Amino acid sequence: MLSKTSRAALIDPLFEDNPIGKQVLGICSALAVTTLVSTSVVMSLAVTAVLMASNVLISVIRNLIPGSIRIIVQLTVISSLVIVCDQLLKAYAYDISKQLSVFVGLIITNCIIMGRAEAFAMQRGPLESLFDAIGNGAGYSLVLVIVAVIRELFGSGSIAGARVLPLVSEGGWYVPNGLLVLSPAAFFILGGLIWALRTWKPKQVEQQQTVHIEADAPGVTP
Amino acid sequence: MVSHYLSLLVKSIFVENMALAFFLGMCSFLAVSKRVGTAIGLGLAVVFVLGLTVPLNNLLLHQVLREGALAWVHPSLAEVDLSFLVFLSFIGTIAALVQVVEMAIEKFAPALYGALGVFLPLIAVNCAILGGSLFMDQRDYTLAESAVFGVGSGIGWLLAITALAAVREKLRYSNPPEGLRGLALTFMVTGLLAICFMAFAGIQL
Repeated sequence: MLSKTSRAALIDPLFEDNPIGKQVLGICSALAVTTLVSTSVVMSLAVTAVLMASNVLISVIRNLIPGSIRIIVQLTVISSLVIVCDQLLKAYAYDISKQLSVFVGLIITNCIIMGRAEAFAMQRGPLESLFDAIGNGAGYSLVLVIVAVIRELFGSGSIAGARVLPLVSEGGWYVPNGLLVLSPAAFFILGGLIWALRTWKPKQVEQQQTVHIEADAPGVTP
Repeated sequence: MVSHYLSLLVKSIFVENMALAFFLGMCSFLAVSKRVGTAIGLGLAVVFVLGLTVPLNNLLLHQVLREGALAWVHPSLAEVDLSFLVFLSFIGTIAALVQVVEMAIEKFAPALYGALGVFLPLIAVNCAILGGSLFMDQRDYTLAESAVFGVGSGIGWLLAITALAAVREKLRYSNPPEGLRGLALTFMVTGLLAICFMAFAGIQL
């Protein structure tokens, strides 16, 4: 039903070419909003929606954009979409938009959106760009939700607000690990996830750029 | 009075470090931290641009965008609330300023352009820059406070990226497991750096 390139654009970003794990795009928000599952789901939806709209729009007008000012044009399209998104969130999910604070605005500079616009939508038709946007949005959301589940489960003993591990302070047995709510934990979990992904798919490992010096270092010769 | 600004400066450099506490500017933070020299170059450019854009956006916010801010133009405009345009005008200011600064540096300080030039266009889409302006809006800083905050968060970002680059230069001689090499290990090191910076939490001047 789908052409081969469309299917690749849709499926590849999930594991093979994940925006966060492989392309290293959109890290800021992936780390900042993942203390709770609910905020990260809303964030994923917002980013995916903006990504879909911006990819399609930029793909439609790609032949009209002069090369020298394309970044400004892309930024204008993206920030208008983010304004719409922000106003919608403020109107219908005010509490969550307060929790996300500046990170809704920062979708503008989320590199996934700029990166896909620049790398994909500027060259392909609207339909393929839409599939690419859905795929990359899903890949981003997948990582976000995994990190958020780990952080919320072990940091506050719940998933999406529902109590899973009864806390000591409420008469249960689980002592929440405060570190997971703080910023360093996000780095460790994301690092661990990328490690797991690259062990599963060794092709994504970066090539070692320096020479191996163990061989001629003194003291380590067998 | 001075102590208020000093406290804000220390807070924005160490306690609320842009990169390590708020995860802002992570993409370039991870991508450009392979060598100390380039990391310092990018860091200086960030200090420079943040120090200019935050106060500039502060002016824009208080003179044009806030509800009733346009009253100085004409009393009938006192009802106008343009705050929904905040994102678009902030990013516009940043993109335009980066362009102007790039041209000015290229013309008047070619040596500096050689050092910073390649990083300046990158900076327009660095979320630390937009984040600085958005925090300024959210925390309601005055003009002087926002100048201090901009410079301070820039310096904090510079410190963090220089530290990470120094660690990564050493790391190239280590021999980690295959999958951990590169990005994953960089994340772990950044996490450790973030823990170090947490030691500054609670400092009051």
